[in-house]
Amino acid sequence: MSGVRVLVGTHKGAFVMTSDAKRKQWDISGPHFTGWDIYHVKGSPVDPNRIYAAQNTGWFGQVIQRSDDGGKTWNPVGNKFAYEGVTGTHLWYDGTPRPWEFKRVWHLEPSLTDPDLVYAGVEDAALFRSTDGGQNWEEMPALRQHPTGPNWAPGAGGMCLHTILLDKNHPDRMFIAISSAGVFKTEDAGKSWRPANKGLHSEGIPDPNAEVGHCVHRIAMHPSRPDTLFMQKHWDVMRSDDAGESWREVSDNLPSDFGFPIDVHPHEPETIYVVPIKSDSEHVPPDGKLRVYRSRTGGNEWEALTNGLPQSNCFVNVLRDAMAIDTLESPGIYFGTTGGQVYGSADAGDSWAPIVRDLPAVYSVEVQTLR
Amino acid sequence: MIRVVLPAHLRNLARVDGEVKLEVRGPMTQQSVLDALEAGYPMLRGTIRDQVTHKRRAFIRFYGSEQDLSNEAPDTPLPEAVATGKEPFLVVGAIAGG
Repeated sequence: MSGVRVLVGTHKGAFVMTSDAKRKQWDISGPHFTGWDIYHVKGSPVDPNRIYAAQNTGWFGQVIQRSDDGGKTWNPVGNKFAYEGVTGTHLWYDGTPRPWEFKRVWHLEPSLTDPDLVYAGVEDAALFRSTDGGQNWEEMPALRQHPTGPNWAPGAGGMCLHTILLDKNHPDRMFIAISSAGVFKTEDAGKSWRPANKGLHSEGIPDPNAEVGHCVHRIAMHPSRPDTLFMQKHWDVMRSDDAGESWREVSDNLPSDFGFPIDVHPHEPETIYVVPIKSDSEHVPPDGKLRVYRSRTGGNEWEALTNGLPQSNCFVNVLRDAMAIDTLESPGIYFGTTGGQVYGSADAGDSWAPIVRDLPAVYSVEVQTLR
Repeated sequence: MIRVVLPAHLRNLARVDGEVKLEVRGPMTQQSVLDALEAGYPMLRGTIRDQVTHKRRAFIRFYGSEQDLSNEAPDTPLPEAVATGKEPFLVVGAIAGG
């Protein structure tokens, strides 16, 4: 019997929510790791019982947890994230050089083919990988050592590597995104990287069309169209149809083109979802209305999805890793808010209902489709 | 035998109740105690001190025998009462944050 497992990371622990394919009744377990920041929880696409969680606090630093039974039990694995070779400097907020310093793991991306291979995007921005199920971590240093590295600078949330896109059709190709350096692409499994930010335009940086320095919030890809990428930038929703070689804006009629998450329908590669937020300085939904926007045309023509979502006095945010879509025939969409609600839709966004309302601030939402 | 008291979050992580009792070889210092602690409980590596530099994490303090040992050199001998197990070595999470 098919069903789904939603993995939620919050300010004070992780939660695991399961349901059958109807996605009406939910069994919720947690908090796991109570009191810790859980930036991300994600399962292996090839072994759904294998789940990785990034756990940290300012007191005790970074811990990585692994479950081999679908989130019922967890064990800490390796947590040594040491930069390779000369650490070097990046730019601080005031423009002065600052040594790279590991702070936390933002994102864990399990391999599409091997449950023991998992990538970690960290702050200060770098990419690590483990080939033994998280026991040992090694940096993929060519990214951090890119010639533009000394000019990378943090966004307001820190200089984080937050997005890792893998492509089953091109195993050596990978896209990553850093706030606020932008998108980087490798086609040789991480041995070399180059910026993939042509067409991005960001006001407020010295050169609005610079090769690096863009605050990319999230990128998404449909597995059947690996050359088409969608991006929620700080401001602007963008798309690329040439594997990140160039980008064009597709924000059009959105009430705000600022936001954090972006995701793609599993069966319709031109159907995408964003959650507009009023502005970078306010971080609340426009007009107090929590609306997911859907485009069935790959951007430019957007419709508001509001059925079941609060349409007054709602002032929560939805963070970059806090939206996910299952792959059932009628896909389920899930997102979590900084107010602690997790909303779900079992009909591709046409209607919504809260799965849970009173969690700590939600940092991340992922979903596993169980068959 | 050294007695170590961990903060609640680290007791949970290490899956221990109450004090941790450690056999420490060689001189009784902050470093030798933490080495023995991390050898017995590898999941605590990096949570009290940096795994590479061994520098104490900023919000962690060490106390023993009514003394703040946090800023002592890692190879400074521990107070007699701690070294003999009469009193525990306290690892404390600073009161900060929310």
